[in-house]
This record gives sequence, C-alpha cells and structure tokens, in this order.
Amino acid sequence: MTPAVRVSGLEKRYGSVHALRGVDLDIQPGEFFALLGPNGAGKTTLISILAGLTRATSGQVQVMGHDVVRDYRAARVKLGVVPQELVFDPFFTVRETLRFQSGYFGLGRNDDWIDELLDNLGLTGKADANMRRLSGGMKRRVLVAQALVHKPPVIVLDEPTAGVDVELRQSLWAFIRRLNREGHTILLTTHYLDEAEALCHRVAMLKEGRVVALDRTEALLDNADERMLELRLETDELPPALAARLSGRAGDVYRFALRDFAEAEPLLGSLREAGIRILDMSVRQTDLEEVFIRIMAKGT
Amino acid sequence: MTGFRTLFVKEIIRFWKVAFQTVMAPVLTALLYLLIFAHVLDEHVEVYPGVSYTAFLMPGLVMMSVLQNAFANSSSSLIQSKITGNIVFVLLPPLSYLEFFAAYLLAAMARGLMVGLGVLLAGFLFTDLTLAHPGWILVFAVLSSAAFACIGIMAGIWADKFDHMAGIQNFVIVPLTFLSGVFYSIHSLPAFWQTVSHYNPVFYMIDGFRHGFHDVSDVSPVHALAVILPVTLVLCALSLQMLRSGYKLRP
Ligand SMILES: Nc1ncnc2c1ncn2[C@@H]1O[C@H](COP(=O)(O)OP(=O)(O)OP(=O)(O)O)[C@@H](O)[C@H]1O
Ligand SMILES: [Mg+2]
Repeated sequence: MTPAVRVSGLEKRYGSVHALRGVDLDIQPGEFFALLGPNGAGKTTLISILAGLTRATSGQVQVMGHDVVRDYRAARVKLGVVPQELVFDPFFTVRETLRFQSGYFGLGRNDDWIDELLDNLGLTGKADANMRRLSGGMKRRVLVAQALVHKPPVIVLDEPTAGVDVELRQSLWAFIRRLNREGHTILLTTHYLDEAEALCHRVAMLKEGRVVALDRTEALLDNADERMLELRLETDELPPALAARLSGRAGDVYRFALRDFAEAEPLLGSLREAGIRILDMSVRQTDLEEVFIRIMAKGT
Repeated sequence: MTGFRTLFVKEIIRFWKVAFQTVMAPVLTALLYLLIFAHVLDEHVEVYPGVSYTAFLMPGLVMMSVLQNAFANSSSSLIQSKITGNIVFVLLPPLSYLEFFAAYLLAAMARGLMVGLGVLLAGFLFTDLTLAHPGWILVFAVLSSAAFACIGIMAGIWADKFDHMAGIQNFVIVPLTFLSGVFYSIHSLPAFWQTVSHYNPVFYMIDGFRHGFHDVSDVSPVHALAVILPVTLVLCALSLQMLRSGYKLRP
C-alpha cells in the first residue's frame, strides 16, 4: 500500500542551523500519527517541507505517492495543513476566506461543505464576521476549516490546540476523530502529550532534527513497563530495606517503581511490619509525558 | 483555471474594498498636480506647437498614475501577505507559478489602468484632449502597467519589511517616473540629462502614450514600442523565474 506520507533521508539546513538531520518516516493511510518534540526539534520544518512551503536540502517527501516537489500539484491537493502561526487575512469575512480557499483548490461551488465545516467548528454564527473581529480561538477554528475545504485525505495539524479553550479542544478532537474514522490520515504535533496519548496510534519523537523514537503509542508505554506506586506515609524515615527500593520522594509522598503489580503486596507487607501507617495511596501508570521526558533526557 | 480566477478576483476585491485609498486618492493626487502645474505654467509654456501645457501634461500624469498604482498593488499585496503570514493561504494550494504570476499581474494592471482612467476622465473636465491614436494609447497603457506590475511583484517577493519597500518606492519608482518627461519634453533638458533620459524606459512609455493623444512626441511610437516591448517581456520573464525558483517565498 502506498503510504499516506513518506519521508526519506530528509535534511534541511537554514544557513548554519541544521534543522533536520536525516529523517525517515512512513505514515500509513488512516493512521492518527503524532510528531512530538521539544521547541526547535524540527516539527514545523518537516511539515513545511511536506506542504511545499520550504524546500528540503536533500531527501524526498511524498504525499499519497506524489513527490512534493516534482508532482507538487497532485501532492498539495491531497494535503490540508493547519499552520502553527495564527494567520488570517484581515480584508475578508470567515465565509469569504473559506470560499477563496476553496477556489484556490479548484472548487467553484463549495458552500454545502463550507456550511458543514462552520457548523462542526462552531463558527456558524461568525460566518459573516470579519476575520479581524474574531478571538484567537475563533481564528484558529477558521484555520482548521481552511485546511479542510478540499476534503484532503491527509490532514496535518501543527499545534492546533495552542491557546484554545477546553470546549473547542473537545469539539475539535471529536471532529478530527470523526474525519480519521472516515479514513483521513492525521498528522498532529502538540506539546500536550495527554492529547497525543489519547488520540494517536503511533508516535514519532524528534530531537534536534533526528527521530529518536518511533513506535505504536501502546508499545512506547509498555516498554516503559513501570507503574508508580505513590504512598503518603506517616513517617520521616524508611527502614533501610524499603529505602533502597524508593525511586522518589516529595514531602511525605514516597514513590516506588513497580515492574509488576504483584510487587505491591509484599511492599505493603513490609510497611505494615515496620509499623508505618499509610495515609493515602495511588498507582500511576507511566504516561507518554514520562516516556517523552525519559527519551529526551538520553543523549543522542 | 478556477485557482487562477479565484486569486485574481481576490486581488481585485482586496483593493476595491478600500477603493477610497487605492483608486480615489491617487486620482485626486494626480488632479492636484494638474491644477497646480497647469495653473502656473499654462500661459507660459508650450512644449509642442498648438498643444496647451495642460493638454501636454495630461497623458504624462495619466501614465504616471498607471505606473505607480500598478506597482503599488502587486508590491503591497505581497509584502502585506508575507509580513502577516497569510501568504501561506496561496502557497499551500496547487496553484502553479504561472497562475500565481498571472493573477497578481492582471490585478495590478487592473488597478493601474482604473486609476489611469479615473485621471483621464477627470482630465477631460479641465482640458480639451484629443485621442489621435486610441490604439497606441491602449498598447502603451497595457504594456507599461504590466511592466510596473512585474516590478511590484519582484519587489514584493524580495522585500522583507516595509522599509525595503519604501526604499524601492523612493529610490527607484519615484525617480524613474519623475525623470521621464511627465512635466516637460526632454528636448528642453541639457544634453547630459537628455542622454540619461534616453536610458529610462519610462520616458518611452510616456512618450509613446502621449503620441496617442497629440500625434506628436519626442521619438516615434514605433521606436518607443521597440524599447518597451522587450523591457516588459524581460520583466515578466524575471518575475516568473523568481516565482518558479521559490526565491524567498519557499525558502
Ligand atoms: N526560516 C528559518 N530560518 C532559519 N532558521 C529556522 C527557520 N525556521 C526554523 N528554523 C530553525 O530550525 C529549527 C527547527 O525549527 P522548527 O520550527 O521546525 O521547530 P519545531 O519543532 O516546530 O518547534 P516548536 O515546537 O517551537 O514549534 C530551529 O532551530 C529553528 O530556529
Ligand atoms: Mg513548530
């Protein structure tokens, strides 16, 4: 099967800045894919090359089998991009903006779909408002609508939820999920790792222009394989046997890493024997954020 | 085709929505020049026999307005889009560089010619103008507006900030248009400046255009065309090449 996005040997230099240092990546049709990485890792650069906004120094990128440089028209028809920056044209209303965007993609009459987009993004009431008069979050919604006017099979969202309220975040994800269920491939970058964890099938982590992790979300979480037992204890000091097993402490909250939940029972037994009272207890599964921090902390 | 048509229409609406600034204001400026210069000089200056100074001045003012506004439209549209970032809306779609070029070119020409027409119509109120050769008038108006629309496109792509644009405006566009015989025949200049003027393409634009009205000019319209046509074609080719290479727009 032709991948929805194929990135091979991708390098990008901006003068002396080496933004991408050989990235290889395949995203399959229908995937919900997260591209994660700290500020400056190269996420937007990769997306810009994908979208033809920037040219690669070397390497190739294809969208649905179309090279983004040689076969740029076919590639761009297949791609919808929500840019990271909150941009808009102050001359026009929301509806005008969406009509023009449809026209650029060769669609003469597109009002039915435009109305559906407005409805799904909670913009119906703002259709005839000038772009200038919209709040930041509303402008962000229009950017999402603009990326979708031509129903692209591949949708790229570069931090779509930055500065967006809870309600829109929920409705935006419900909408994007629906599009994903209907077969659209989604590529998402975000700094909210809980979003990526909840939504994405696969995750790539980028650091200083290199892919440092690439796997199914579950696999990344499983490999981290640890659970954290958090206990609030009525003591200032643990017996040496228990102290050796401690993996972190904040005030009277003691953290123990468990490879397996079966390890919990003996641990609690030892505490009972030592006469230490447990005031509170919780078990935390490792989340993507911890995996992310661990991977980023490793030298590359 | 739909892509090109949409971008063209968008560019037209962009200036038409603020027509007061983009069309009316330049017409008014040109009329102020006309009033002042004509009032001061009409009695004293006769450039060509039988042509009043006001009548002499009119075509030059019309052409100057065409050129400046064609340039202003493409350059300001591009630099604004670049600075606000909304240029991505036209870079993401599958528009070819040819469609992109044609849309910006034709919209800029439309604004230039619209302002020119406005100045011309208003000018009829002040002076008797004859249209000796409408064909020449049209040819020079179209080619010259295209040339300056191209300069605007290139300037808009090249400039990174409004300062750069002001620089081009003040050090290229204004001198080119003013030192071109709008207000005088270059025959009245000292020999040195006459020679310099012959290297200024705008001189030929205005001279050929003026010939269309008065049937007299400093050089023959065919000669002027022989200069302007290649100049315009080269400017088109350069703009297209700039767009094709992705220079500054797709770094
Ligand atoms: N136009 C440019 N000119 C020069 N350097 C650039 C340009 N765009 C990006 N860079 C540099 O390339 C590197 C990668 O930037 P990029 O915007 O791709 O990061 P990012 O992963 O999207 O970060 P963020 O999470 O902050 O959005 C950074 O070092 C950045 O400074
Ligand atoms: Mg970014």
